Amino acid sequence: MLKLNDISYDIPDREGILKDVNMEIGTGEMVVVTGPNGGGKTSLIRAIAGVIQPSSGEIWLDDTDLTELGITERANAGVAYSFQNPVRFKGFRVRDLIRIAAKRRMKEQEICNVLSRVGLCARSYIDREVDGSLSGGELKRIEIATVLMRKVKLYLFDEPEAGIDLWSFGHLVEIFSELRKDSGATIVIISHQERIINLADRLAVLADGRLTHFGTRDEILPHLHIRPFSFSCQTDGAE
Amino acid sequence: MDNSPTTPVDLEKVKNILDSLPISATTRDILAGLDCHIPDPERTAYNIRENSRCAGRHSTPEIQIVPKTDGKSGVDVYVAAGTVDQSVYIPACISQSGVDEDVYNDFHIGAGAKVKIIAGCGIHTHSNEKSRHSGIHNFYLEAGARVIYVEKHLGGGVGRHNVQIDPITHCELAEGSYLEMDTVQIGGVDDSRRLTTGTVGPGASLVVKESLLTEFEQRTTTDFNITLAGAGSSVELASRSVAKDDSYQEYTSVITGDNACKGHSACDAILVGRGKVDATPTLRANHPDAQLIHEAAIGKIAGDQIIKLQTLGLTEAEAEQKIIDGFLRTL
Ligand SMILES: Nc1ncnc2c1ncn2[C@@H]1O[C@H](COP(=O)(O)OP(=O)(O)O)[C@@H](O)[C@H]1O
Ligand SMILES: [Mg+2]
Repeated sequence: MLKLNDISYDIPDREGILKDVNMEIGTGEMVVVTGPNGGGKTSLIRAIAGVIQPSSGEIWLDDTDLTELGITERANAGVAYSFQNPVRFKGFRVRDLIRIAAKRRMKEQEICNVLSRVGLCARSYIDREVDGSLSGGELKRIEIATVLMRKVKLYLFDEPEAGIDLWSFGHLVEIFSELRKDSGATIVIISHQERIINLADRLAVLADGRLTHFGTRDEILPHLHIRPFSFSCQTDGAE
Repeated sequence: MDNSPTTPVDLEKVKNILDSLPISATTRDILAGLDCHIPDPERTAYNIRENSRCAGRHSTPEIQIVPKTDGKSGVDVYVAAGTVDQSVYIPACISQSGVDEDVYNDFHIGAGAKVKIIAGCGIHTHSNEKSRHSGIHNFYLEAGARVIYVEKHLGGGVGRHNVQIDPITHCELAEGSYLEMDTVQIGGVDDSRRLTTGTVGPGASLVVKESLLTEFEQRTTTDFNITLAGAGSSVELASRSVAKDDSYQEYTSVITGDNACKGHSACDAILVGRGKVDATPTLRANHPDAQLIHEAAIGKIAGDQIIKLQTLGLTEAEAEQKIIDGFLRTL
């Protein structure tokens, strides 16, 4: 279970990036976080992963208080985090990054299996460099692969659909559907995609740093307008 | 320490070669560090230097290694035209301090030959006395020859070792030939002045991949001066360097295009601590169809790279080490 108690995040010139966010997400539950750009979604996930330190509040994963732990300690306590913008590494081959994520030597076939899970034709990618020579979509899938391959208690995905073409998107939806079914882990996905939202047990909306809605799809969706290519959040009447 | 070779070759043969050589345990360690495992005597010519003397030399019918006769130390390596699938090992090992040597090795590669040359120098001494090794290498590639040259420089041992390694490399590439130089110098060398010069003939290509790491108060300068003389010639210089602590590195490259040609130089440097790097790439185009590009990028390790590896469970120090190893192609 992931528990966020009164999480706030301020930085010197900008107060209220996150404002008193409270959430409790059960073991095995999938929550999709959505909301307008700049609403604080990435900040929330980075606070859970330990990349930023909230100004106040507590973060618990089962019986472990994560609040004071660093990124590495949280990773080893069972937190996996897929970045919105994947990082490029000059000199790392795809196989190097996968091996680092596995924290052990891996046979070529195992690496291929990890990559084919995210729809990359493995043999042609394994020795590619994780740098500017890969497309945004390819990098994003490798990023997702490094997270999916870890067996953890909590998976965090920040806009996994970004940069993924429509054809592969269906495959991505399947990946999350399977992860939800098979992992038994808590899953938090930031997404604007209806098909990912439809997988969620519950939906959360963050706008202007505040958790404006948190409930089942049936409770929340009537308050949201989701149209193709546009998304807006109806805030009037919220809270 | 386990000195057994790690390459999947006939282990009995390899063991016999290394065992049969009158070399010290330190030299065996250095050879392992230089990846000199001498895989197959029927296809490998070698000349092993230990403390300025020859500890073992072997030629094949196609690759002859002949000691210099002009009073200089070093060898001439003659690779017969058309030789394929053979390699040359010419490591220099120094385990006594006080060595100060210039070694002249010339490589004459016959037309159409395809060979791999593994060279390098390891200095592993136990006192503070200075050791200096300068390998002066000339490569003469005849038409269509293809050479992969791998060179490692290692310093080590106990005490405030005072190690200087100055490699001077010159190459001449005839029509349609190809030379790839992969050079690595990772720590342990206090002072190093590297100079690489070359002339690239018509349709020939030179590729240089250099990886350098300096730490403590080490200083390394690396200088390239390449002339693209022939039509359709090309050069690709890729230097990756990491300057840690109070170390200093200087990179200078001059690519001159005298014909329709392609030249690219890239100097990428990572600074750790108070390390300093100067990079001065120069391009000279003397022909309207010369296409020359240079790139130089110097900076700290990107914060998001460290964060990404931390989210995979690595500590900050482990993440930094991995990023450096990957960057220097030693992962
Ligand atoms: N380090 C920072 N410095 C300044 N502003 C920031 C910083 N981090 C986040 N913000 C601001 O906080 C708000 C929330 O950002 P973010 O969490 O990325 O939102 P979302 O992911 O919902 O688009 C944005 O207005 C963003 O510009
Ligand atoms: Mg975001």
